[in-house]
Amino acid sequence: MNTVKLQIDDRKVSVVEGTTILEAAKSIGIEIPHLCYQEDMSPASACRLCLVEVEEAKNLVASCSYPVANNMIVKTDTERVAKARRLVLELLLSDHPYDCMTCEKSGACDLEKYAYELGVPTTRFQGEKHAYPLDETHPFFVRDYNKCILCERCVTACNEVQFIEAINLANRGFDTKVTAPFDRPLLESTCISCGQCVAVCPVGALVEKTRRFQGREWEFKKVPTTCPYCGVGCNIELNVKDNRIVRVTSPIDSVVNQGRLCVKGKFGFEYVHSPERLTAPLIREKGELREASWEEALSLIASRLANYKKDELAVISSAKCTNEDNYVIQKFARAVLGTNNVDHCARLCHAPTVAGLVQSFGSGAMTNSINEVSDAACILAIGTNTTETHPIIGLEVKKAVNKGAKLIVANPREINLVSSATLWLRHNPGTDVALLMGMMRVIVDEGLLDSSFIDERCENFDAFKESLKDFDLDFVERITGVPREQVIEAARMYATNKPASILYAMGITQHSHGTDNVIATANLAMLTGNIGKPSAGVNPLRGQNNVQGACDLGALPNVYPGYQAVADPAIKAKFEAAWGCSLSPSPGLTIMEITEAAYQKQVKALYLVGENPLLSEPDASHVQKALEKLEFFVVQDIFLSETAELADVVLPAATFAEKDGTFTNTERRVQRLRKAIELIGDSKPDWWITCQIAKRMGSKGFDFAHPSQIMDEITSLTPSYGGISYGRLENGGLQWPCPTPEHPGTPILHVGSFTRGKGRFIPLEYKPPMELPDDKYPLILTTERSLYHFHTGTLTRKVSGLNILKGEELVEINPKDASALGITDGDMVKVISRRGEVVARAKVTEVSPVGVVSMDFHFTESRTNVLTSPALDPVSKIPELKVCAVRINPVTSNRR
Amino acid sequence: MSNDVDLSLLDPILKKYQSQEGALITMLQEIQAVYGYLSEVVLTHLSREVKVPLSQIYGVVTFYAQFYLTPRGRNIIRVCRGTACHVRGGSRILEAVEREVGITEGETTPDLEYSLETVACIGACALAPTMVINEKTYGKLTPKKVMESLSRKDRKEREVE
Repeated sequence: MNTVKLQIDDRKVSVVEGTTILEAAKSIGIEIPHLCYQEDMSPASACRLCLVEVEEAKNLVASCSYPVANNMIVKTDTERVAKARRLVLELLLSDHPYDCMTCEKSGACDLEKYAYELGVPTTRFQGEKHAYPLDETHPFFVRDYNKCILCERCVTACNEVQFIEAINLANRGFDTKVTAPFDRPLLESTCISCGQCVAVCPVGALVEKTRRFQGREWEFKKVPTTCPYCGVGCNIELNVKDNRIVRVTSPIDSVVNQGRLCVKGKFGFEYVHSPERLTAPLIREKGELREASWEEALSLIASRLANYKKDELAVISSAKCTNEDNYVIQKFARAVLGTNNVDHCARLCHAPTVAGLVQSFGSGAMTNSINEVSDAACILAIGTNTTETHPIIGLEVKKAVNKGAKLIVANPREINLVSSATLWLRHNPGTDVALLMGMMRVIVDEGLLDSSFIDERCENFDAFKESLKDFDLDFVERITGVPREQVIEAARMYATNKPASILYAMGITQHSHGTDNVIATANLAMLTGNIGKPSAGVNPLRGQNNVQGACDLGALPNVYPGYQAVADPAIKAKFEAAWGCSLSPSPGLTIMEITEAAYQKQVKALYLVGENPLLSEPDASHVQKALEKLEFFVVQDIFLSETAELADVVLPAATFAEKDGTFTNTERRVQRLRKAIELIGDSKPDWWITCQIAKRMGSKGFDFAHPSQIMDEITSLTPSYGGISYGRLENGGLQWPCPTPEHPGTPILHVGSFTRGKGRFIPLEYKPPMELPDDKYPLILTTERSLYHFHTGTLTRKVSGLNILKGEELVEINPKDASALGITDGDMVKVISRRGEVVARAKVTEVSPVGVVSMDFHFTESRTNVLTSPALDPVSKIPELKVCAVRINPVTSNRR
Repeated sequence: MSNDVDLSLLDPILKKYQSQEGALITMLQEIQAVYGYLSEVVLTHLSREVKVPLSQIYGVVTFYAQFYLTPRGRNIIRVCRGTACHVRGGSRILEAVEREVGITEGETTPDLEYSLETVACIGACALAPTMVINEKTYGKLTPKKVMESLSRKDRKEREVE
C-alpha cells in the first residue's frame, strides 16, 4: 500500500493511502471533534462537526470521510473552523432539550462535551422544536427522539456491526427520525435487542432502562470482567454503583468481541440481584428445606459424606464455574472422596469433540481463534446455529461473507445464517457422516485433495480412503436427502477456497455417533490441508462460558487437569505427590452413568454444583427418579433450581459478579473474572465452599485464601497452563498451550506438526440415529437453543426483559405437517415420545423441514428433555439429544 | 393489513430488474403504478426478493413525496397553495374542498373515492385560485364552484356506472 505524506497543523504525518484526515490526525494525537464518526464503522458524514480547513479546497471539508492526499495541508484549529463548528452545535441545540441536569447521559454526552469545549452555551436559532413522546416499548432501553441528533451511528451499528438492518432514517427534513419499518416498535422488527445502538449513541437518545435514575455517569465504577453466558467469552465491564450492577458496557478495543455484545451479555444480568437468589444454606428437615448456618450445613455434609465408600460417591461440577472452582471440585472428588466419579455438562455437549479430535489431532479444542474466522475464504458451518448460540462468532461469519468468503451451511433447519449462505445443504438430522464422507469422496475422486499435506503430516490415509468406497453419491443422496449436485458443489467449494474453516457445535456432537461426526470434520480438514494455518481448522464452538476450562481443569472422570490420564501410573504418582494422598487408578463414571448408578443405588451420595440435570439431561423423568433414590444429595447453586428442590442440603453460591477467578473461552483463551460487587446475602464463592467441606473432612491442601493461589497450584500441575498467572492475564488473557511464563500463548494449534505427531485419518461408516420415526411416532424431534435464553433458564428466566423477548417454549413445525395434523400457528400441542409428553405452543414455520419438529429446553413449564432419548455414543457417552421420534396431538383450542 | 394482495403482480417487475443494483426507486414507482400504493405486504415481499432491508426501503419510501404507504382515492384533488392562489383566497378554496369531501389535506375518504393534497404551484396563476382533479384543471374558483365541480363529478361517475 502506498504511503501518503501530508501536514496537519504544522506537523508532518505519513499514513497509508485511503486514510481519512480524521484518522491521520488521530494517529499523531490531534483529536478532531466529531459526533457521527465512530471507529470501525463507515462514516456517515452527517454531523459536520469534524470540518477542517484544507489548503486549496474552497470549502471546509468533513475530515471523517475526506481521504488524505500527498502534500495536503490541513488546519484543524483555525478561527474559521471553530466558527463553523460552533454553528453546527448551535443548529443541533436549536432542536435539543436543555435538560442536561437530569439527563442520564450527562458526563458521557458528546454534544455536552463539545458545547462545553467550543463554548456554545445556547443557540441563536429559536423555532419549532420536536415534542416526541418517550419510546419505552423496548424492555431493555428507552428511545428519546427529542434528544436524537440524527448522527446515524445507531443505524450504521445495526447495519454494519451487527448486520441486522432493523432501523434506518425515515421521512425528510425536520421530520427525519430513526425508525424501524413502518414506524413500528422495535420489537415488531428484525431487531435482536443486542443494544449496539445504545452502546454507540453519543447523546441521551438511547439509554439502558437499568441505569435510569441510578446515578450519574461519573459515579459508576467500571469493572472489566468476562461475560458469564456462552463460550465466546466476551469482554465486558460491569458498571456498578452502591453494590448494584446498573449497566454492562464493552470497550471497543476488547480482544474477543471488539465492543460487540448480544442481548444476554448486554442486558441479561438482572438475575444477579434477583430476590430469588439463595442467601443462606438450606437443610431438609421433616421433608422441608429450612435455613441453616454455614457451620451447621458444612458439618452435616462432611459427616454424611464420610459415611460412604469411595465409589458410592459422585460429584458433578459446573461449566458455569471458574477454572479455580473446577480445579478445587475435582481435587475434592479425587483427593478427599477418593473417587474419579466427577463429570460435568460437557458430557452433554462436547464430549465427542474431546474424544474425537484427540484421536485425530491429539487435542480436543478449537484449532484456531475467533478473530481468524472473518479472514477465511470458505466457511463450512455444520450443526451450528451460530447467530443464536455464539452470536459474536456469527458476526465474524457474516463479516467473512461480506469480504467475499463462500459460506456453506449444513443444517436441517433454515437457520438465520442460511440467508448469508452461498450454499445450504438441508440434510436429514443425524446424517452428517454420510454428508461429509460424500463430500470427501468427491474431493478424492476429483483430485482436489492436498496430497503433500497428507503425505507429510498425516497417517492412515489409505485405510480411510478405502472407507470412502461405501459413500457413492447415490447412497449419500438417499441417506442425507441432499441432491448429489449440491454435495459435489459443496465439496468443490470447500476444497478450492483456502483457507477453509469448519465451525460446528451440538448438531455434530449430540448424536449416538457424535464422535464419528467429529472425526469426519477432522478428516475433511486434513484431506484439504486446512489445519495448522490461519483462518482454517476445525472449530468446535463450546457452549457454556467455561466448558472449555472445566474440561481443561479435569472435571472429567478419566483425566486430571490438562487431560492427563488417571489410568497412567506416572501421572497418578505425580498428583499423589502433589496432593499428598493416594488416588484411584480407575476412571470414574460419566454424568449419564452417575444418574443410572444412582437409579441402581450404586451411587448413594451426590455433590452437585451449578448444574440442573432435571432440565438438561435426556429422559428427564427417569433422571428425577434416579435423584430421588439418592440417600444424600447436596446441591450448590445460586438459585433453588428444579434439581435443587430435591436436595437434602442446598448451599448458596456466589455469581460471576461476586468473585474473582478465570474462565477459558472456546478459543482456549484464559481470561480474568473480577469481583465487582460484594457477596449477596450469605452466599459464598464455589471454591470457598468446596474447600470448607474438604477441610471439615480432615483434608490438607485446601487452604486457599484467594483464587490466584489456586491458579498457582493449577499451573504447577497442568503443562498447558504452565505459564499462566493472574499478573499475565491483565491484558486480554492467554490462549493455551502456554507452557512457560515467557510463552506468548497459542492462537493456532497443530502448526508444523499435530499435538499427537501425525494427524490420523480414521475410516468411518454411516450409522443411523438410534431412534427413527415410525408409524406410532412419525416425526423427528430435534433440540435447539434460543438467543434469548441460556441452557435450563436458571439465569435468563430471572431476567424479566428476556422473558418478554421469549417467554415460552415454541414447537416449530412445518406448515405441511401442521395442516395434516390440523394445527395452526399459536395452537397448544402435546408432544409425545416413548418417554413422556410435554405441552407447548406450536409455531408453524418453514424454518423446520417436513417431518422434523424442534424445541429448545429453556423452559421449566415445557420440559423438552422429558421427551429426548438417552441413547449414548459408545465412545464419548453423549446422549442423542438431537434426534428422537415423537408424535404431536393438538390440544383443545387455547389460542394466544 | 389484508393478506389477499396478489403478490404475483410483482413478478414481472422483479424479473425486469433482477440483477440490476440501484433500481429500487424505479421498482417502487412501477409497483405503485400496479397497486396504487405501497402496502406493507408488498414492501415486505419486495425486501425479501431483492435483499434490500425493509428498514431501508421504508426510509426511501418515506423520503420521497411521490410514494404512498396507504391506499389513495380513485380521484386525486390537488389544491394549489402558490402565491397567486393564496392572495386570491386559495385557503378558502381548500376549506371548501375539505368541507365538501369531509377529509383534510393528506387524507383519503374511507370509501377511497377522493384523496386530497395541496401543491406549491400548478403553474396556472392566471386562473388563480385553482385546483386540479385528476388531470383536469379548475380555475377562477369560488367555494360555490368547488361544490359544483365536486358534485358534478359525483353525478358524472354515477352516470357512467
